[in-house]
Formats: sequence, structure tokens, C-alpha cells
Amino acid sequence: MAHGHLVAEDALTMERQWKLPDRGTVGIVFLIVTESVLFSMFVIAYLIYLNKSLVGPYPKDVLELPILASICLLSSSGAIVFAEHALKHNRLGSFKLWWAVTILLGAYFLWATAVEWRKLIFEDHLTIATNLFGTTFYSLVGLHASHVIVGLIFLTIVFVLTLLGFPIQTQLRRVLFLSWYWHFVDAVWVIVFTVVYIIGLPR
Amino acid sequence: MFEPALSVLLQTQVPNVHEFRITNIFKPLASPAAAERTAAYLVLAITAVIFVVVAGLICYTIVRFRRRPGDNELQEPPQVYGSNQIEAAWTVIPILIVFVLIGVSARVIAAIQNASPPPQSVKILLVGHQWWWEVRYPDYGLVTANEIHVPVSSDGKHATYLQLTSADVIHSFWVPQLAGKTDLIPNRINYTWIDPRQPGVYVGNCAEYCGTQHANMLLRVIAESSEEFNAWMSAQRKPANNSDTQLSAAQTVFGSLSCVNCHMIRGTSAIGAFGPDLTHLMSRQTLGAGVLVNNTENLRAWVNDPQIPKPGCLMPSMKLTGPELNQVISYLQSLK
Amino acid sequence: MAAIDYPLQRPKAEPGEFSFSETLYKWVATVDHKRLGLMYVASALIFLIVAGIMATVMRVQLMFPNGHVVGPDTFNRLFTMHGTSMVFLVGMPMVAGFANYLVPLMIGARDMAFPRLNSFGFWIFLLGGLLLYYSYLGGGGLSGDGSAPDVGWFAYAPLTERGFSRGHSSDYWALGVLVSGFGSIASAINVIATTFCMRCPGMTLKRMPMFVWVMLIDSWLIVVALPPLSAAQVMLLLDRYLGANFFNTQNGGSAVLWQHYFWIFGHPEVYILIFPAFAILSEVIPIFSRKPLFGRPAMVAAVVAIGFISLGVWAHHMFAVGMTSWSNTFFAASSMLVGIPTGIKIFNWTATMYGGRLRFTTALLFCCGFLFQFLLAGLTGIMLAVAPFDWQLHDSYFVVAHFHFTLVGGLVFGLFAGMYYWFPKAIGKMLDETLGKWHFWLFCIGFNLTFIPLHFAGMLGMPRRIYTYAPGRGWELWNFVATIGVFFQIAGILFFIYNVLRSTLRGQPATDDPWDGWTLEWATSSPPPEYNFEKLPVVRSSRPLWDLKHPQDPDWKWE
Ligand code: HEA
Ligand code: HEA
Ligand code: HEC
Ligand code: CUA
Ligand SMILES: [Cu+2]
Repeated sequence: MAHGHLVAEDALTMERQWKLPDRGTVGIVFLIVTESVLFSMFVIAYLIYLNKSLVGPYPKDVLELPILASICLLSSSGAIVFAEHALKHNRLGSFKLWWAVTILLGAYFLWATAVEWRKLIFEDHLTIATNLFGTTFYSLVGLHASHVIVGLIFLTIVFVLTLLGFPIQTQLRRVLFLSWYWHFVDAVWVIVFTVVYIIGLPR
Repeated sequence: MFEPALSVLLQTQVPNVHEFRITNIFKPLASPAAAERTAAYLVLAITAVIFVVVAGLICYTIVRFRRRPGDNELQEPPQVYGSNQIEAAWTVIPILIVFVLIGVSARVIAAIQNASPPPQSVKILLVGHQWWWEVRYPDYGLVTANEIHVPVSSDGKHATYLQLTSADVIHSFWVPQLAGKTDLIPNRINYTWIDPRQPGVYVGNCAEYCGTQHANMLLRVIAESSEEFNAWMSAQRKPANNSDTQLSAAQTVFGSLSCVNCHMIRGTSAIGAFGPDLTHLMSRQTLGAGVLVNNTENLRAWVNDPQIPKPGCLMPSMKLTGPELNQVISYLQSLK
Repeated sequence: MAAIDYPLQRPKAEPGEFSFSETLYKWVATVDHKRLGLMYVASALIFLIVAGIMATVMRVQLMFPNGHVVGPDTFNRLFTMHGTSMVFLVGMPMVAGFANYLVPLMIGARDMAFPRLNSFGFWIFLLGGLLLYYSYLGGGGLSGDGSAPDVGWFAYAPLTERGFSRGHSSDYWALGVLVSGFGSIASAINVIATTFCMRCPGMTLKRMPMFVWVMLIDSWLIVVALPPLSAAQVMLLLDRYLGANFFNTQNGGSAVLWQHYFWIFGHPEVYILIFPAFAILSEVIPIFSRKPLFGRPAMVAAVVAIGFISLGVWAHHMFAVGMTSWSNTFFAASSMLVGIPTGIKIFNWTATMYGGRLRFTTALLFCCGFLFQFLLAGLTGIMLAVAPFDWQLHDSYFVVAHFHFTLVGGLVFGLFAGMYYWFPKAIGKMLDETLGKWHFWLFCIGFNLTFIPLHFAGMLGMPRRIYTYAPGRGWELWNFVATIGVFFQIAGILFFIYNVLRSTLRGQPATDDPWDGWTLEWATSSPPPEYNFEKLPVVRSSRPLWDLKHPQDPDWKWE
């Protein structure tokens, strides 16, 4: 009774051949799934309230295309790929360089957002309370920006650790997850940009 | 087929002559409610059959296959893993039933929602407030509260069309014998219609939770013959009775109180819009959206402190002195 | 050969005496999935009693017309806190608790994929719950009701906006639920990662126990359905604190948007809540029928189908908001479609019992109660899905009766079945069967006595969420009977509490495999050691212990 029917060799091969996905991967994928749903709710709200503001300012009066900032953010996705590649091949110097570039590009994006908001708030007098455009604009762009901030914090932690001589090569998997998250933040920007600055701008 | 059985089960009080306090959804007296009942009976019949069959099967299984003394404990029953035919059967049959139900729903939905107003219909704008109803007759320029007078539509040609909206939060119009619910939503106008077949008073409730006194946001629809309706309308359209010289002192007292900030009495200085229009207060059967029957005693109680019959309502306790109260009540009672 | 076999010989859980503070520390600091699971279930039970007492007060208030037990404000807070607690602080932690405790054991794993995330999930859930209840103390102070939320469990805007909900009661609602929602998402991601990545050798998805399958789909639903609620709550908080206009109708905001967001979450949520019961039934019924689950692939397909269809039916809660006739028809149709896979489940459970040898333990009794009651609940659900019928029934006591039949008659019955079934495994003692039968019969009678009459009250036009009603509408009898039923329910639950306490302290010790089970949790000791399995098991079918116990007729021969 205490012995199963399995033949030893049989079970051994089964054990040896047993391959399951990496749990970190699954975790991060589903984190991204939840986050995507969260973002889509804000995107939908933006679209529903498009052109529904009762008072100005309206998008066409105040919004300017953040072209440079967008280019920076999207290229940071490229930079982090290079960094990753360098790390995989154990070229630490190159890794640090590309990692720093990623951080700088992301930081520039954030700074550009801050400048944009400053202008909107102090020159155009558009706040989150002004009208539906303000409400949906600040919440959607702000939600994205908060994700950029979180990403930057993690990127910076990794950078500082590397500078301090922490053997980052041993954490390749975690670096990879971070870069996925960063790609996700960039991809969301593509959607936010399309919705806010392209679909939302005319009229 | 279900009617007798259900009406025994759902026994309600016998209504007095004028008032249907029945809110039984299976005793409709208007087309939308009747169509809803038809759909309901069909669905009830189908689901009842499903219930009897399935519950019967479960019962049979439980009784038949219970473990009995003397069963061979060591011998496991035959291990059956499934059966494609049987499983297909209990997938396909429900699919068929569901399609029938979808068809029924679609037809009744269209019949109620897409009906177009007949030419003579009365139009009403019903505005929900926390916790009373503002009733407007745009074609007649009349504003009143809490009671909707409509003509009877025994010929099916005098339906009443209601536009529904709200001044604050969401409420819902529900007079079970006339029609199912339609919400009153701020910033949006909804439509519904009723065509009461018999004269009488039909009671309804606000059916969407709207704050403290949601429970006491009752509504009356008073259906009357065209003549009665027209008579009522012309009486209501008159401004308030100011001619009675005996009451001028009372009227002055009332006018000096802050009541006028919230209540409208047409033809006087009272032009508030926050509370119900009081121009013809005495023509209404209840006070405070149905919490009290409208009589002297209750009116007094209400004006003295509305927070007692309707705690939390948005009319504050006015703290009138005895003489003021007497004057106000006698004035209000002149508002026939 | 023995080395790679099922480890039927395991050491007992670590012995030794611990001081109170050591024990406390061990529980608070634990990352063990079993302890976290038990903590989830225990806190859910406590919230069940608290919210049940609130329900009792409501029922006493409504027992007679013109009731004067509580005032309108108190009553409104009662049903809001009752509903919110039952859904977010009883139902959700039960999902997490059962999944946490059982999934790793059933798939032959030593722990969850992310043990620390797991403990984070529990504590943040508890924080959210306590924050919600702090509202009774905060704001208005200890006297009276404080400022507990009074906007209903779905908190329709604009009633929750600054202008209509002053003070902080709605903030407590939004924040408390938002925070505990993060915990649910964390634990759901964890369950998904665990089932994908931690299965023992041989346990393909096809062989995974039904329980694990259902919990997997459940977690998937949590992951995709909770964010809309979180988003809506963030929007509401922005409205309330920063003056944003999402739901501010004065500035053009939409009151209906909140309803859409809430129910895009809210409808999947009700299936999230019922799935644990489905999961439990799918384990308990086969064991006490001594037959494998009938039509396993169809059962899996059915949960998957429910999991997907339920994402597209939300507006059946909104038939009265004035949607177009096309939308109404669409949502009526999609809602009824859910009945088909649900029917498959009911039929297959019945077929599992058919031809078996039913052993009516308390656990199986609760399953049978479930079958009848959930059948009725589902059929009243179909009535509600017929939009024209729903125009009459919406927001009436009929709806209250419908969802208590699903949630109490379904979910709570299922949970009790699960507790009677796995208690020996978790605690190492048997629950007393006689007390269990008392519990079952009292609770079953009480439950039906309470909620069957409420269907009739609803059909007679009684709206829900009213703190009082005038006599003469024909509602008196039904309300009276309903309230009487609650006392039977209380008696039943008191039997349960007594049973749990007594059995824990001096119950009959449980063997490792008291029910002659077939899934892996019965292959380790009761209670299992911290690392669950000394040797990871290797399986070849969905009933590994059946294979072990019936070497002549193992399941894997049929695969
Ligand atoms: C566990 C929770 C749970 C479950 C499982 C369900 C299941 C279902 N519910 Fe329910 N429901 C709630 C919890 C639940 N509900 C809650 C909490 C509310 C109220 C929220 C609030 O307002 O506060 C609610 C409200 C609610 C409404 C809105 C009512 C209103 O406010 O106006 C509707 C309308 O369509 C509805 C429908 C359904 C349907 C069609 C199902 C189906 O899934 C049922 C399917 C099952 C069966 C049909 C039975 C078995 C099938 C067969 C035997 C096969 C044969 C059958 C046919 C062919 C029909 N529910
Ligand atoms: C899982 C979900 C769940 C559960 C289990 C219950 C259980 C119960 N519910 Fe609840 N209910 C809801 C979910 C649930 N409910 C929801 C979502 C709403 C909608 C809220 C809203 O409108 O916003 C609602 C609303 C609701 C209403 C409608 C209020 C209204 O609209 O005005 C009523 C009224 O009868 C009610 C009653 C009950 C009763 C009597 C029970 C009983 O089954 C409870 C039984 C349990 C107990 C009675 C506790 C027993 C234990 C003890 C008493 C022991 C004490 C001992 C010690 C302390 C040692 N509920
Ligand atoms: C702050 C505003 C306000 C003031 C001031 C006020 N009322 Fe009211 N009144 C209301 C509101 C709001 C209602 C509706 C209450 C409800 O039904 O919930 C109401 C209802 C009434 C009703 C019942 C009407 C009906 O059709 O049911 C009467 C009568 C009434 N008020 C008289 C008075 C008198 C007399 C005074 C002055 C002494 C007064 N009110 C002052 C707001 C006010
Ligand atoms: Cu108005 Cu409820
Ligand atoms: Cu639903």
C-alpha cells in the first residue's frame, strides 16, 4: 500500500523531463495584464468625456505635441535592450552606460511632463477641477507618469547597486523583468499619446 | 395559468374604493406592466419546469444512491468518467430554452421601449429630488409635486409620456401596476410611458437608493377621466387663493418666514424652488412624499418639525412659535 | 523505488512548547501558505459574524411595519457595511484562504510561488478591512454610528460625491475597499503563478485537480475584473479630494459611467465569489459518492466559459438606467447564456452522485443544500435577466432574495462543506458529525425560512434598502417569517462555532486521510508539516491517491 504503481525509471524520467514556466515570468505577465486593464479604464474615460467639457480650456487651445519627450521615452526602451544585451554578455561597462542612458531619457520625459503641467496650470489655468478635459487629462497622463516614476526608482536602485559594485550579473532575471515593465510603460505611452494628442486634439 | 395560484400566494389587502395600495406586479392595469407580466409568466413557467425536473433528478439521486447498511464498503461503485451523449443532451436542451427566452425578452423589450406616443398623449417632466418628486406639465405650464394626475386611457389613446430626470442623485420611477422601473438620472433624460386602464390611485416607490429618506419617497399616480383631469388641471393652473381677506394676516406671517426661500406659492412672494410647490397643497392626499396623510393634525406636525415624521429630510425644523404655527397652518389650509 | 514514491511516511509537524509571544510572532511573521490560508479563513469568519449581526439588526427592524429599532441613518449604514463586508471581507478572503491553503497541497508543491507577496496580500487585505471598520470610530467619534459609509455596497455616484456625501464616510468605503483589493490582486497573481510554475512532476494541466482549475480561472477573473473597480475608486477619490469631475454631474460628469465601471467589476465579482464553492463541490461530491467527477473536461470548459462570458453581461444590473433596446436585448441574452455552462456544472455534479454510494457526512449535506438552492438561485437569476421582468423586479426584495440564494445558499453552503471536509487536514482534529448535522439542518431551515419569503415581498413591490415601511401593502407576513428564519440561522452558526472550538481543543484526532481521499493533500500528514511534502510526489492521473490505492485499476490507464 505504501508503494505506488509507478515504476522507478518511469517516474525518474518524468521528473527529469518536467519543465514548468518560470514563476517570475508568469508573475510579471499577469501584473502587466492587471495594469493594462487599469489603464484601459482611464483611457475609456478619456474617450467618453472627449468634447464633453462644459467650459474651456479645450485640448486644442492648450495642448502641444510632446514630440521630443515621446521620442526620448520610446528610445529609452531601445537603450534598456542594449543594456540588457550588454549584461547578458557580461560587459559591465557598456551595461552601466546604457542603463544610465535609459534613466536619463526617462527622467527627461518626466521633466517634460512637469514643464507641460506647469504651463497648463499656471498659464492656461487648467486644473483637474476645471472641466472634464482637465479631469481626464491629468488623471490619465498622471497615472502614466506615476508609472514612469516607479520605473525610474527601480532603474535607479539597480544603477546605484551596480555602481556600488553589487554583482548585478547574478540578477539577470530581475533586470529582465524590470526591462519588461519599462517596455510596458513605454507601450502605454504610445496609447496615451494617440488618445490624448492625436484623437483628442482636433476640434 | 399562473394567475390563480399566484394571487392566492401573493394575497394582498383588499383596496378601498379609491386607492390601489396594491403594488403587486402580477396585477397590472397598464400596457407596459401587462407586457411585463406576460413575459414574467412565460419565464416563470419555463423555469418552474426546469426546477421541477432538475430538483426531481437530484432528489431521486440522493434517495436512490444513498449508502445503506449492508452495502459492501470495500467495493467501490463503478467508476464512470463521463458520457458524451448525455453531456451533449444537457448542453443542447438549455441552449434551445435560452434562445426561446432571448426571443421573448427581445420582443417585449421592443414593444415597451420602442412604442411611439399617440398624438393626444399628455407629457410630463418628472424631476427627482432628495426625497420628493417634482411634477411638471410643460404643455400646461404647471408645476406640482408628489402626485401625478393623468387621464385614464381605457381606449389606449391617452397614454402619458414621462420624461425623467433628477436634480441631485439617482432615483427611480416605479409604479408596479403601471410600469416597471426607469431611473431618474441627473444630467440625462429618460423616457417611460403609462396608460392606466382604470381610474384610481396607484402607489409607487422610489426604487433607487438615494440617501437617508429613500424609504419615504413614495409616489402616487392618480388616473381620472378626461373631464376630471381637465377640471383638475384648470384648478391647478390658477394662482393661489389670495382673495380671502380673513387670511391676510396669516399670509403676511407666512411671507415673513423663510419658508418662501424654499417653496413656491404662485401669485405670492414665495418663489423658492428647493422644496415642493405649495400652491395647491390642500389638493394633495399626502405630505412629505407619502409619509403622512394630508390632514390638519399631520400638517401641523409636519410644519412644526418635519424631522420627526421624516428624519433627515431636507426641510429643517422651522422652530415656529405657537401663534406663528397657527397662522401658517391656517394659511396653508387655504391653499385648496 | 520507495525514494520516488508518494511520501506516505512523513514526520509530524514540529513539536515543542512555545510561549505566547513566540507563537504570536510565528503567526504574524509567517510566509507559510497554510498559516496565511488559515488566517484568511479565520478573519473572514469573524467578519461573517460581524456582518451577520448587522443583518440580524436589519431583519429585526423590518420584522414589523413602522419598525423603530434603528433610525434611517443607522439602517443605511448597516446594509452598506453588511453588503460591503460580506463581499469584500468575507467572500474575497475566503477565495484567497481556500486557494492559499489547498492549491500548493493539491499540486504537490512546497509553497506558493511568492510567499512574501502572499503575506503582503493578507496584511493589506486586513488593513483595508480594519480601515473600513475604523469608520465606525473615526469621523463622528465613538458615539453613535461614527461616519460609516451609507451609500450601499455599489456606492452609486453621484450620491458619493462631495455634495451629497459630506464628511469622510465615502472615503472610508473607497479607500478600505481599494486597499483590500490590492491584496486580492496580489493573492490572485500568486495563485496563477503557483499553478503554472509549481506543479509536481507529472501534474499536467489536464491532471490538475478540479479545485485547482476553478481557482485558477477565479484568479484570472480577479486579475482582469478588479482593476475597473480600483480605477473607479481612484476616480471617485480624485473627485472627492481634488475636485475632479468624473462623476460630478453638475460639471457634465456622468452618473452612469460609475455604474458601468462598478458592474464591469461587479458582475464578474459574483462569479469570483461563487467559484470557490464550485471548486469545493467538485472535490467533496466525488469523494462522498465514491466516483470520479463526471465529465471532467466539460466541467473545466464550463468554468472557463463562465469566466469569459461573465465579463460581458455587466449591464444586466442596469436595465433601468435607460439603455437602448438593443443594449438591453444584448445584455439579457448574454446573461442567459451563462446559464448553459452553469447548468452543465449542476448536471455533472448530479451525475457524479448518480450511481455512487452517497455517504451523507455534513460536508455532503451542505453540498446537497447547495445544489437545490443554487438551482433556484440560478433560475431566479434567469428571471432577472429577462429585461422586461427585471424592470419590475430590479431593486426590489426579489433581487435581495436572488442574491442571498446565490451567496448564502450557494457560497456559504459551499464554504461550510469545504470547512467540514478540510478541517481534519488543517487542524488535525475531526469536526463532530452530530453537531455538524445540527448546524446543517438549523442553518438550512433558517436560510430558506428567511429568503424564500423575500421573493414574494419583492413581487409585491417591496423595494430594497428601505429602513421602514407602512402596513397594508401585503409585506408584513413575509417580513415577519424572514426575520424568524434569521434566528434559526444564528442557532446553526452557533453550533458551528461551538463545534470548531470544541473539536480544536479536544476533538478526536484526525488520521492523515480520514475520508479516503484521492488528491495529494491527503498524502501528507494532518496537519501538514511546514514544507508540505518531504519528497515531492510524482503523479500520472488526476486522482493520484486512487491510483495508489487501486493498483489493479488505476486512473491513468484510462487517460
Ligand atoms: C454568487 C453570486 C451570484 C451568482 C452565481 C449569480 C448568478 C446569476 N445572476 Fe445574479 N446577482 C448576484 C449574485 C449572483 N448572481 C448579486 C449579488 C446581485 C445583486 C447585486 C446588487 O444589486 O446588490 C445579482 C443580481 C442579478 C441581476 C440584476 C438584478 C437587478 O438588480 O435588477 C441579474 C439580472 O440579470 C442577475 C442574473 C443572474 C444570472 C442570469 C445568473 C446565472 O449565472 C445563473 C445561472 C444558473 C442557472 C440558470 C441554474 C442552473 C442551470 C440549469 C439547470 C440549466 C437549465 C437552465 C436554463 C436553460 C435557463 N443577477
Ligand atoms: C456573502 C454575502 C452575504 C451573506 C452571507 C449575507 C447574509 C445575510 N444577509 Fe445579506 N446582503 C449581502 C450579502 C450577503 N448577505 C449584500 C451584498 C447585500 C446588499 C447590500 C446593499 O444593498 O448595499 C445584502 C443585503 C441584505 C439585506 C437587504 C437590506 C436592504 O436592502 O435594506 C438583508 C435583509 O434582510 C440581508 C439579510 C441577510 C441575512 C439575514 C443574512 C444571514 O444569512 C446572515 C447569517 C449570519 C449571522 C446571523 C451571524 C451569525 C452568528 C452569530 C450571531 C453568532 C454571534 C456569536 C458570537 C459573537 C460568539 N442582507
Ligand atoms: C431649507 C428649505 C425649506 C424651508 C426653509 C422650508 N421647507 Fe418646507 N419643504 C422643504 C423640502 C425639501 C420639502 C420636501 C421634504 C420631503 O418630502 O422630503 C418640504 C416639504 C414641505 C411640505 C410638504 C409638501 C408636500 O407636498 O408634501 C410642506 C407643507 C412644507 N414644506 C411647508 C413649509 C413651511 C410652512 C415652511 C416654513 C415654516 C417651510 N416648509 C420651510 C424645504 C423647505
Ligand atoms: Cu429617491 Cu430613492
Ligand atoms: Cu450580475
